[in-house]
Amino acid sequence: MPASGKRKAGPGNREPGTETRGASGNGKRAELDGSRFPGPRSQSASDRASAKLTRDQKIDLYYWMRLTRSLEERLVALYRQTKVVGGLFRSLGQEADAVGSAYALERRDILSPLIRNLGSMLVKGATPLEILRQYMAKGDSPTRGRELNIHFGDTDRGFIGQISPLGDMVPVMAGVTMTFKMRRQDRVGLVYVGDGATSTGAFHEGINLAAVQRLPLVVIVENNGYAYSTPISKQTAARQFVDKAIGYGVPGAQADGNDVLAVYDVTKAAVDRARSGGGVSLIEVMTYRRKGHAEHDNQSYVPAGEIDRWAAENDPLDRYRVVMREELGATDEEIAAIDARVVRDIDAATDEAEKSPPPDPLDALIGVYADPPRERPLWFREGTDRAVDVNERPEGWGTWSGRTGSV
Amino acid sequence: MAEITYLEALREALVEEMDRDENVFCMGEDIGAYGGAFKVTDGLLSRFGESRVIDTPISEIGIVGAAAGAGHMGMRPVVEMQFIDFIANAYDILTNYVATARYRAFLPCPMVVRGPSGGYVRGGPFHSQNPEAGFIHTPGLKVVYPATAEDAKGLMKSAIRDDDCVLFFEHKYLYRRIKGEMPQGDHTVPIGRARLAREGRDVSIITYAATVWKALEAAEQLEAQDGLSVEVLDLRTLAPLDDEAIFATVRKTNRVLVLHEDTRTGGIAGEITSRINESCFEWLDAPVLRVTAHDIPLPYAPSLEDFVLPQTSDIVRAVRRLAAY
Ligand SMILES: Cc1ncc(C[n+]2csc(CCOP(=O)(O)OP(=O)(O)O)c2C)c(N)n1
Ligand SMILES: [Mg+2]
Repeated sequence: MPASGKRKAGPGNREPGTETRGASGNGKRAELDGSRFPGPRSQSASDRASAKLTRDQKIDLYYWMRLTRSLEERLVALYRQTKVVGGLFRSLGQEADAVGSAYALERRDILSPLIRNLGSMLVKGATPLEILRQYMAKGDSPTRGRELNIHFGDTDRGFIGQISPLGDMVPVMAGVTMTFKMRRQDRVGLVYVGDGATSTGAFHEGINLAAVQRLPLVVIVENNGYAYSTPISKQTAARQFVDKAIGYGVPGAQADGNDVLAVYDVTKAAVDRARSGGGVSLIEVMTYRRKGHAEHDNQSYVPAGEIDRWAAENDPLDRYRVVMREELGATDEEIAAIDARVVRDIDAATDEAEKSPPPDPLDALIGVYADPPRERPLWFREGTDRAVDVNERPEGWGTWSGRTGSV
Repeated sequence: MAEITYLEALREALVEEMDRDENVFCMGEDIGAYGGAFKVTDGLLSRFGESRVIDTPISEIGIVGAAAGAGHMGMRPVVEMQFIDFIANAYDILTNYVATARYRAFLPCPMVVRGPSGGYVRGGPFHSQNPEAGFIHTPGLKVVYPATAEDAKGLMKSAIRDDDCVLFFEHKYLYRRIKGEMPQGDHTVPIGRARLAREGRDVSIITYAATVWKALEAAEQLEAQDGLSVEVLDLRTLAPLDDEAIFATVRKTNRVLVLHEDTRTGGIAGEITSRINESCFEWLDAPVLRVTAHDIPLPYAPSLEDFVLPQTSDIVRAVRRLAAY
């Protein structure tokens, strides 16, 4: 791992999925090390929640992970063709963490994803077509071209879109779950933060408020080793993120984030507890960000070999395919058929998304307030329906060619 | 002397000031090993080491607050907001603590808060903001927003040497597009002084940052097509405003357009218009006009962003209206 590499231990030195309360770990710090995970996944006891999933449901988990990965690969192709407006963010290697956790929710529950939770959104009903339109800033995208990438939501389907400022969704989800509690609804909230986002004031205030109010909220800290270029050793002096649970007085748990069933198990336990009035839980899932912060990032700060090791030894899809073959008796043909279905779905969505028009410029004026529903164009735009005259320099204003900054 | 970019000019200023004064240090997210999201601080870590180029957790309140404390103790911290949009997180500590420290407690905050700002980059609502207005409204903070590479360097050096907190907005659209030749030697640009970017007789455009370049583009077009002579005043510093330079251009052309990329209501154009009204009313041959962004969160899609932000054609239209008044 980054820095000296002196402190090397497995994720938390305890079995994935272990609960912790009041204990502060055993003195070693959790560092990510792909080679630590020995087998396809730790054997789950029959009393684990995932033991109750049907075979179809377990196959479903693979479909969602495969869809997440393939959809992002399609986005990369579109990005290289400059059809994606702005940056592109990958969750390569983190698909199990997103899919396994979202799968533990009921339809009526609400989650708030982060930039690496495309998989969670797909499980919650976001479609590839929406994602593609959104990344290409199309007029019929879920935000009608107003917001970037996967920043969108749908409360009916149970996900609330994030904003860029990190941590803000924690207090927002406290309010969502506060409402569930006030209305005595049998509903639970789930909010994701990265290892980096735990350093924000919003995270602290949000989780503390939710904990004090015993709100039905599950907070998942996705420890993927980095926040942009910053390794976790520069993010926190805590030995592991799950230790923060102690300070907030909530149960904490840690799971192998690249084992989709382990993530399901640990999330399901926290969701069940929230549903039965047990309040907030904090879960640290151990995973690894195999791509840069966004496509432009060349990961020069990552120690040599680290990415390759995770890719070779701890890929969540590879690991789950072993489970599918060994425990579910899935054949290569069955798996190939799912892969083919995913490609078909994405092809169809891409064709459709590419046909979508850009937003009508005047749509910018609609919906800043409920009342008035529409702003008026400023005086210098009276009588025009577009902002940029043909006589403006084509090579100048209004064309973003830089791929250097992150967005 | 070779030309360098706006971005390189900023870096040159940081390096020179860190060389000159060991109290100067940098703090921010991903500024060290990675050199910053836009690479403004690239190379600083290897040159000055980890104690003076500090990679921090994602904690804007923490970074800005720590800069204030270090400033009290005689240090001169320069802190980066990875995008200036996230300065909103530090709004409390900047406006309540930093801005009042000297006045209420006789404690200096000689610090710089800098970061990539502004739109025209398809960055969407949280990577395109121009949050200067809220800070200009707060007594105790200085605000600069350069348009040229020369000013980027010279103002950065002055900001670091200033004994008060300077918010340093860097326009990300200009980072690599704008180049300039740096004056020899210890090049500083005084805070609080505007710059005449183009001389003219008929109409004045008062603006700053990226829209300086739009104003210049419009001025060329108006000269070629309408034979109009347009003056462009680049404010460079937004707090404190250079009243003298503003009034001088008003008295010269008698027709004024105030232009900014920030949204309209509560934007600095309103303040400038009032000052002109109070001090130069008799000199005006036309009402002061404003071209600004619409009062709308900045959307992401090119067609929408272009609609919300001021464009060159808007400036042309506004200047023609002033000239015909
Ligand atoms: C308040 C705030 N500060 C800075 C940023 C810029 N930023 C965007 S993502 C990121 C790193 C996030 O890391 P982490 O929380 O670990 O999530 P990951 O990308 O690893 O999933 C940073 C610093 C931001 N979005 N919000
Ligand atoms: Mg992270």
